[in-house]
This record gives sequence, C-alpha cells and structure tokens, in this order.
Amino acid sequence: MNQSIRSAWLAAVAMFALIFGAISYVQVVGADELNDNPWNQRAVLADYCKDRGAIIVAGKPIAESVAGDETCSFQRKYTQPELYAGITGYFSRTYGASGLEQELRDELAGSSDQLFLDRISQVFLGRQAKGASVELTLDPAIQKLAYDLIPDGQRGSIVVTNPKTGAIIAMVSKPSYDPNLIATHDVAKEQSSFEELNKIRGINLNQSVSGPTGALLAPGSVFKLVDTAAALNSGKYNKDSELPNPASMPLPGSTAALPNYAGGNCYTRTTADFAFALEQSCNTPFASIALDLGQQAIAEQARKFGFGQDFGDQLKLQSAVSVFPDDLDDAALAQSAVGQRDVKATPLQIAMMTAAIANGGVQMKPNLIKTVRAPDLRVISEPEPEVLRNSTSAAISRQITEWMTDVVSKGIAGGAAIPGVEVAGKTGTAQLGDSGLNNSWFTGFAPANDPQVAVTIVIEGVDVTTGAQLTSPNAKKIFEAVLNK
Amino acid sequence: MIQVDTAPKPRRNVELALLVLALAVGIGASAMVDLNSETPFDSDFWFQSSLLAVAAFAFHVVLRLRAKYADPVILPIVVALNGLGLALIHRMDGPGDDTGNNQLRWTLIAVAVAITAIWFLKDHRILRRFTFISLAASAILLILPLVPGISAGEVLGASVWIRIGPMTFQPGEIAKITLAIFFAGYLSSNRDLILLAGRKIGPLQFPRFKDMGPMITAWLVSIGVLVFQRDLGSSVLFFGLFIVMIYVATSRISWVVIGLALILGGGFVASRIFAHVGFRLDSWWNAFTPEVYDRFPGGSRQIVQGLFGMADGGLVGTGLGQGRPDLVPFANSDMIIALIGEELGLIGLFAVVLLYLLLFTRGFRAALGTRDAFGKLLACGLSFAIALQCFVVIGGVTRLIPLTGLTTPFLAAGGSSLLANWIIVGLLLMISHTARSPIDTTPMTDTPSEAVKQP
Repeated sequence: MNQSIRSAWLAAVAMFALIFGAISYVQVVGADELNDNPWNQRAVLADYCKDRGAIIVAGKPIAESVAGDETCSFQRKYTQPELYAGITGYFSRTYGASGLEQELRDELAGSSDQLFLDRISQVFLGRQAKGASVELTLDPAIQKLAYDLIPDGQRGSIVVTNPKTGAIIAMVSKPSYDPNLIATHDVAKEQSSFEELNKIRGINLNQSVSGPTGALLAPGSVFKLVDTAAALNSGKYNKDSELPNPASMPLPGSTAALPNYAGGNCYTRTTADFAFALEQSCNTPFASIALDLGQQAIAEQARKFGFGQDFGDQLKLQSAVSVFPDDLDDAALAQSAVGQRDVKATPLQIAMMTAAIANGGVQMKPNLIKTVRAPDLRVISEPEPEVLRNSTSAAISRQITEWMTDVVSKGIAGGAAIPGVEVAGKTGTAQLGDSGLNNSWFTGFAPANDPQVAVTIVIEGVDVTTGAQLTSPNAKKIFEAVLNK
Repeated sequence: MIQVDTAPKPRRNVELALLVLALAVGIGASAMVDLNSETPFDSDFWFQSSLLAVAAFAFHVVLRLRAKYADPVILPIVVALNGLGLALIHRMDGPGDDTGNNQLRWTLIAVAVAITAIWFLKDHRILRRFTFISLAASAILLILPLVPGISAGEVLGASVWIRIGPMTFQPGEIAKITLAIFFAGYLSSNRDLILLAGRKIGPLQFPRFKDMGPMITAWLVSIGVLVFQRDLGSSVLFFGLFIVMIYVATSRISWVVIGLALILGGGFVASRIFAHVGFRLDSWWNAFTPEVYDRFPGGSRQIVQGLFGMADGGLVGTGLGQGRPDLVPFANSDMIIALIGEELGLIGLFAVVLLYLLLFTRGFRAALGTRDAFGKLLACGLSFAIALQCFVVIGGVTRLIPLTGLTTPFLAAGGSSLLANWIIVGLLLMISHTARSPIDTTPMTDTPSEAVKQP
C-alpha cells in the first residue's frame, strides 16, 4: 500500500508542477501580452487614479486632482472648464488625455526623470506618488476677456502673445466644452458626453483639428505680410516700389480673374506702393509680386515665418501644421499669395508670424510653461525665452511695422486704433467659396515702437460686416487691457 | 505492509518556533495591509492578531498534551496560510464590510472544533467504527441544500448553501471529510475482497457487483452533486478522492484509468447537457473572445481580470494593499490566488503554493508512517483532497483548466471551508501522531479481513 501512497503523492506533486508552470506563464512569460490587452485597464487606472500635479494659472489651479471615490482615489477637476479646455485638454478613463494633460503626462503623473529621486523617497515612505505641478504663462484676466470677446455660438480663436519672449498670454477658442464631463468616473456619462460634444462643429476637443493650434484656415489678406517680406528680402523691391494695381487680374492659364477688394479704395489707383496696397488690402499688387518672385521665394518666406513647422511640440499641445504648398501653377500661386485657395494657416501660425515682425524679425519659441515644480515646490524646470529663428531682417521688419501702423491709423484696420498708442495691424477676409461668408482675421501688435503684446483674432464663417466688428475693435480691447496692466 | 521508521521525538519545540514564524507571516501581512489603510493599527488589528496567536498557541498546547508526536510542520503551515488569508480578506473589506471579522470568527470556531476533536477522539482509528454512519451523514449533508426550509436557494448558479438563522453554511465541505472516512473504512475492510474476487475481463479485473455497491453509490453521489447542486468543483473533488483512495487500497492502476475516462466522459456529456458546465468550458477555452468575455452570467470576465491582475503583479508583485482586487469579481474568495499573484508577485504565490505542497506532503508522510490501513487511506485521501482542491482552484485561476467554484483551503473567505479544512488538519495531526509515536501502545484494530473467509 505504501508504494501506491508514494504514487499518489507523485501524482499530487505532478499537479503542482503544472500549477507552478501555469503561474510562471501568466506572471512572467505571457505577462506582457496580458498587460497590453485592451480590456486590461490596470495601466490606465494606475495613472488615472494618481494624485496628478495641478495645472496653475496665476497661482490658482485650473486643473487639479481631488479626492475620488473608492474605485479611484483621485478625480481630475477643472475649475474654469470652458475657459481653459483648449489648453488643459481632458483626462479621461476611456478616451485617454489631450492637451497639456497628454503632453505633460510624465511631469503631471510624477514619472518624469527629474522626479526620479522624489519617486524613490515616496516608495520608501510608502506614500502615494504625487505629480509635479505646472504653472502657465497665461494671464487669467486677458484669457477671460479674450474668451468673452468671441460671441457664444460663433466659431473663432484668439491668440495673445508677448512677441519679445514668445510667452502665450491668452489662447482661447469657441465653441469650447467642459472637460469635467469627460473626466468623470461615471463611464456611461463620460461616453455619452464625449459623443455629444463630438457632434459640435469646430469644438476644440481635438486640438490638432480645431482651435488656435489645430484649425487650418485660409489666412486671407494677412498672408500679404509674407509676400511683402519676401518682396523686400528679394532685393527686387524696396519701400518705394510701384506695384501694378489693376482692378482685376486675369489668372494665368485660367478663364477666372483675381479681383481687388471692392469695398475699399483700391479702385482709385492703377499702381500702388506697398503702403497703399497694405492699407487698402489690394489683391492684385501682391499676386503680381508672387508671380514675379515665383513660388519658391514665397514658400521660403512662409517657412521662415513658421509654415510647415509643428509648434505643438514647443507649446506642449497637439497642433496642426500650416501649409504653403510647393507645387502650384501660376493661377494657384496668385490666389495663394493673397491667402486663398491652397494656403492654410492656424491662428497660432499667424500669431507667430506677427510676433516675429514685432520682434525685429526674430521669432521666439512659443511657450506656455512658466515653471514646473516638484511636489515639494522645488522648481524642476523654468523655460527661458528662446530664439527660434530669424524670420526676416530687422530693417525689413521695421519697414513692415511702419506700413502695418498705417493700416491701423489710415487704413481698413482703423477699429484697432488706440489714442496715444501706435498700433500695428493687418486684417484679412478669406472668402469661403460662394457662400458669402468669410473667415475674418486681425493680426497686430502694440505699441509699434516697443511691442509688448501681439494679438491675432480669427472669426470663422461670418459676413464681412460682422467680421469687421468682431476683429479690429476686439483687438483694441485686448491691447488696452494688456498695456494698462 | 512495509513499516516506515519514524523519528521517535515529539519535536513540539520545533513546532513552537515555526509557529512563531508562521504568526509573523500572518500578522506581518496584516500590519502591511493596515499601513495602507486609513486607520493603521486600530483596535481591529490588535484584536485580530492576538486572537489568531491565542488560537495557534492553544492548538499547540493541546498537541503537547494529547498528540505530542504529531507532525511539527503541519500546524505552522496552516496558521501561516490562515493568517495570510485573514490579512488579505481584511484588506479587501470596504467600509461596512464584515468579511474579515467573519473569517476570524470562523477561524476561531474551526480551531476550537479541531482541538475538541483531538482532545476527545485521541485516536483516529475510532472513526473506523463510523464507516457507514459516515456514508449516511455524507448523503444527508449533500441533500440538505436541496431541502426546502433550510436551503439557501440557488446562489451564483449553485445550490450548495443552507441557511440556519443568520448563518449560511456549505454542508458539502464537511461531506468531503465524511466521504473520506467512509471510503477509508470501507476500503480498509474490503480491499482484499475487491482485489481477489470478481472476474477478469481482458487485462482489467472487475470486482463483484455486490462488493462494489457502496462504491457505486459514492460515485452516484458525486454525479448527483453535479446534476442537482450544479457544483462542478465539488463533484470533481469527490470523484478524485474516490479514485485515489481505491487506487491506494488496491494498487491497481486500472482504477485510475477507468476513473479518468469516467471524468472526461462525464465532463463531456455534462458540458453538452448542462448549460453551466458548458459555459465553464467555453469561458476557459475561449476566454479572450469578446462574446464570451461579456456574457453574463457565465462569462470569462472573472478569469481574464484575474489573469490581468497576476500579469500586473509580475515577479515581485505590486505590494500588499497596492493591487486592484476591486477589478476582479470575487477577489476575496474564488480569486484570492489571483490577488496573491498580483500583490505578492510570482515569488509570493510560489511561496504559498510551496506551503500547500509541504502541507499535503506531510499528510502523505503520515499516511506512510501510520500502521493501520484505515489511517493510511484516510491520511492519503485527505492529503490528496487538499492537493486536488488547490490544483482545481489555482489551475482554474491561471486558466490551466476550467475554473470551478472551489475554495482555496485556509485562504479564501468562507466559514464552512475553514471549518472543514481545520478538521482535516486535526485528523492529519492525529494520524501523524500515531505514525510517529515510538511504541504503538494500542493493539491493531484491523479485524481479520473477510478475505480469510474467501474460498
């Protein structure tokens, strides 16, 4: 009987050998596959339920982690949700993260390399890991003002920067949304909210598709600043050059024609200097410049202003890349030179261009982050202003500034004028097909001789009158608010 | 029968030292869990720890007095497992949950019953007198959950619970012991008869039908459990117990072959006839298919989430109290092994499985050492039952085999299971005491076998 007892024992040991094998398989060999399984929420939840660092504007958190429920010890909360949604993005269990929540993931979750020692000490002290907090360059008053200047129900974006440092002072767009709806721990609500929000046209839910960094829009006449810089840079033109200014220009190889803006004073002259052409925003002089210089020169100047570059990496947001195509026929080149047809720019791109002109031709790296602080408030990074590139020469930028000042003081951007302050500006009205609706632009800076602030406004899908009301006069309000600080 | 030499030393001091170690494991685990809670080291912690220690030392003292040659390793292993289980169950209690304290209550009751059994029974051989009473008791225990009035109805698809006042109980757990006693008693009396009588058909020798009657009854019992109580796990366990004991009694491998064929055949037929068995098989084989994962009830979500937890634990685990058992359904009972894998890692889970390996090995050692056939069969059956139960549970959790609703001995939340397993430990300790005693003072109680009367 003892022999069969030993056999029975061996059978039991054999079963246990299988168990050891199965455990090893699950926990070591097949573990990676199981960890990567889409049904496995552990990795997401590990991050999701952490005490993430706050995103701070002027000392007050706009996104912070507060005590959650028993399934998740922390809940992300946005204090002025709609106002900052385009910056913070959302932090969701189902949809992941966007905006700063996504791009600053390592810092906010406390897993960046700079926080390595903090992590070690947290392990030994048995504390929950805590993330770093991020303070932004935004000015809450200007942010609020800019947000309120876009009427509800209107699609539009405003970017306010300091041209000397590249710091973003305000960046807003409408329609906006409440990221709390998507950050909720109630999965059903989260999903239905996301689906609802996604139906709203132009909502800044996806920063690389809409909003200041993502909306790719026809820039219209503000693109003439690129033509001007390219012309002066070529040496073929100077400030006194006389440009052809026919009322309408036949497009080469096409039956269509490019007319001048009918509402202004362009029709009064058949030739124009740069000052007049910019003040009245005539189309034909710039189309002829483009045809004269060729698309390479225009494309090169556009690139120097930032077209083709992803500013999202620098701002820590998702973004779209502005385009000036390089395979244009002459008709397309003429139309693109006045900001129509194939040229597409984000509001941020136009703001970057204007900032470069304001800063003596030197484009500063755009920056949203003032300081990143460890949980013990130690500063772990504090970005310094950084030169991105020379967009144009100091002399050329000074010349363009002078003309832009005339555009405000004598020309069609008069709404932006401020008594006692020299304001430089340029408007744009990009037609949207034959709908009669336009994208209405203003971009400019003040004071012209010592730029403190650059403002870019775009209102999408409006008629000419509404567009004019919502751009230059609003820019004036923002200039005043910043300069009076 | 071969005699195995046993060390004639009591080794109670070794047990005491190991017991201190075991308590350190259990209480240490509690302390780590407590550190992560909102109120570390509150009265609950001290209450739990001291009661566990008192129970363990009381058991130790009783062994010194009544079974001083008992195996010194068994009790510390069981205390360590029970203590770890208490800590883990307490850790998973949400606000207002009382599972941890309930488990502690049952631990104390179970220890008290096991101590009482050792104190009054003194010698396991007395149980042999109750061979047929045990069969009757098994039948009654298994039928109880189906009796209207005390049945707790169908809970989670199985009817294995009874309700007496506020308490619920799973009589099937105790039936495991009474069935083992019956098998041991019956086989030790009739093994020669079963071996010698009967016809030989081909290479296999079949016993006479009248000798096999009770065995067939026992087999029918396990089938009945499957059909009427819908409890696949217990059915497999009873059947495994039955095969091993008859194999040990007769040393005929043919029994194992027949038994395994019956299990596989029965399992196949059952999976075709009963939806719940079919679901179990499907959830095992197609666990990662979306329809199976989302099916409710009978889906694979529980298994898959348990696997995710274990994978997350990896080699060293997330640390006690740092895992996410809230994502795994029934983490504190059926899936406690997955939680150990998650929080203590592969290393911790291996340690726990090794404890079980050591435990059943000591049980088999007692079976080898004891001199009476009844004791050998009983110790062997009970030890194998522990091993099989672990295999079924851990194999199910790791998707080695289909998951069935068995409890992890000593670890999982559940009073009936604790009580039954502590009684098993008491019996194993008594058998090991007889096995290791220097001189067997009582005469062999084996009555002359009926084989003598054989022609």
